[in-house]
Amino acid sequence: MTTVAVKPATMAQALTRALRDAMAADPAVHVMGEDVGTLGGVFRVTDGLAKEFGEDRCTDTPLAEAGILGTAVGMAMYGLRPVVEMQFDAFAYPAFEQLISHVSRMRNRTRGSMPLPITIRVPYGGGIGGVEHHSDSSEAYYMATPGLHVVTPATVADAYGLLRAAIASDDPVVFLEPKRLYWSKDSWNPEEPTPVEPIGRAVVRRSGRSATLITYGPSVPVCMEAAEAARAEGWDLEVVDLRSLVPFDDETVCASVRRTGRAVVVHESGSFGGPGGEIAARVTERCFHHLEAPVLRVAGFDVPYPPPMLERHHLPGVDRILDAVGRLQWEAES
Amino acid sequence: MTVMEQRGAYRPTPPPAWRPRTDPAPLLPDAEPYRVLGTEAAAKADPELLRRLYAELVKGRRYNAQATALTKQGRLAVYPSTTGQEACEVAAALVLKEQDWLFPSYRDTLAVVARGVDPVEALTLLRGDWHTGYDPYEHRVAPLCTPLATQLPHAVGLAHAARLKGDDVVALAMVGDGGTSEGDFHEALNFAAVWQAPVVFLVQNNGFAISVPLAKQTAAPSLAHKAVGYGMPGRLVDGNDAAAVHEVLADAVRHAREGGGPTLVEAITYRVDAHTNADDATRYRGDAEVETWRAHDPIQLLERELTARGMLDEAAIEAARQDAETLAAALRERMNQDPVLDPMDLFTHVYAEPTPHLREQQEQLRAELEAEAESEGSTHR
Repeated sequence: MTTVAVKPATMAQALTRALRDAMAADPAVHVMGEDVGTLGGVFRVTDGLAKEFGEDRCTDTPLAEAGILGTAVGMAMYGLRPVVEMQFDAFAYPAFEQLISHVSRMRNRTRGSMPLPITIRVPYGGGIGGVEHHSDSSEAYYMATPGLHVVTPATVADAYGLLRAAIASDDPVVFLEPKRLYWSKDSWNPEEPTPVEPIGRAVVRRSGRSATLITYGPSVPVCMEAAEAARAEGWDLEVVDLRSLVPFDDETVCASVRRTGRAVVVHESGSFGGPGGEIAARVTERCFHHLEAPVLRVAGFDVPYPPPMLERHHLPGVDRILDAVGRLQWEAES
Repeated sequence: MTVMEQRGAYRPTPPPAWRPRTDPAPLLPDAEPYRVLGTEAAAKADPELLRRLYAELVKGRRYNAQATALTKQGRLAVYPSTTGQEACEVAAALVLKEQDWLFPSYRDTLAVVARGVDPVEALTLLRGDWHTGYDPYEHRVAPLCTPLATQLPHAVGLAHAARLKGDDVVALAMVGDGGTSEGDFHEALNFAAVWQAPVVFLVQNNGFAISVPLAKQTAAPSLAHKAVGYGMPGRLVDGNDAAAVHEVLADAVRHAREGGGPTLVEAITYRVDAHTNADDATRYRGDAEVETWRAHDPIQLLERELTARGMLDEAAIEAARQDAETLAAALRERMNQDPVLDPMDLFTHVYAEPTPHLREQQEQLRAELEAEAESEGSTHR
């Protein structure tokens, strides 16, 4: 019996492998964006693709996000599956008109005759010491746009599986890559890549009985750390990694909250008009009689993303999460 | 020997990275809009083509009038007319081969119809029963595009994809003078030139972006001149001279088909009607200006040329009018029928499969419709 070596790999490497496998499997898959060719992307996620598949399959475009996404729309109209890289979260904003007015609506507009299977990769979130415009969490904008799927991995294996699923999807997918997890390592066997997950299922990362932390992307490791720390306080926390914000997996989330009776939503995005409001409302509507306390939100402050020397005060950390857990009306239980 | 002489003479050099780029001279548009009708070039024009253009222009004029009338009867929510611009609309459709693609703006339903799309399906957006009434793949016509100039990068991407696949496909994208101020116009032309995509950009300069005249829109020598900055040829044409528009567009399409890359064509025309039926053009322009353009009417220009050359007689003119009346009557009759609506369609094509969230909302609407039907049933009893 042979044992396959399971080596640690980074999330960035898993993403590269997903792109490479998708391009090898389907000649319709085209990667395009700023610096994705010769350089291999500023985060090196497209490293080697131009060399392996040629510059027509992995294309350095002019520096214009609306043009990148707009031409990707035309390419998808003609039967290609473009995978577009937006270099940073805040650099995706020029492409919003194409995204909102066309990418998200073309299937609907044409009664299904013109679907647009476009994957839009967006490195997002903070914690990497980036200067202004390099650390936004813009998922609420995407979530508020009907017609888009919005997914975000938190583990190396999910990075591969979800990206393959996104590229295989016949709908446009905004694929949010947590920047600060690019270099995180997991035991992952690149010789036997993880099967593609269907988009739309959350996963319980840690089982617990006291309360549920509902989170995604860059906040998942923070919540795992908080759950460990909470043991000292006598709390046994469950951590749900959403993986997909649209479609939203009410089933997994609500099953967890019904078990624990308490929930905190954790994300970097601001709380006002942020994803946590929607999640808290959905949980409350569905699990009201199981709840021992209001659903709380732990989020970034509702301020423009701070300069790097101040970002640690902005990002939700273990202490802020534990503080929220402490406010879940435990006294009512005794 | 001086110190300078010892060190060698100072020889200024250009910046090291600088290389000469495309020679701009051949890209520049002509000083005057290109014309055929009433010039010597008319003798070389194909008589069959001119007669075909004439018949289509007459139909187009009648179509515009009928569609505008339908707004007054409440059968169309709105209609942006192309009366006076028929030469551009018709020529854009006629220069394309079957496998080519047309990318219209919201004003270009006439071009869409001239390309072969069913008129009722072309007007679906403006009637308001759905956003697009035709299958884009049937006649290779992209959906009518409302956000200005945003369809231009689509045309570039589609043409680029076709070229990558080795297919013989040209995309012709239509935009107005106002649309040239949008960022997507710039990005589309830049991508097209860098990729040498087989695209033709047709700008119909009809003088106004709703109420704003071209002088407030641009300080460029002409819109066609903008091409030079991207490294593609710009052509200037009399947009009311159907023969000239057809020739210039056909040249540009051939150039693209042969691998020569994109062309920007500016057609000088005039929006004789208001922006839409909901607009009041008297607030921003005088009758005198409109009258000067009525004297340069695309149908009259072509009719005069053809009549003078003995290529069109009264019978042919009457036949063209009859055809146009037949088209209008059929359109009127069909548009006077209420469209069949199914509110459940709201959820059918948002995603390939509705999300669980949408399925819940779908059920909500279904229940509302059932309750509505029930209460209507009880009122009628």
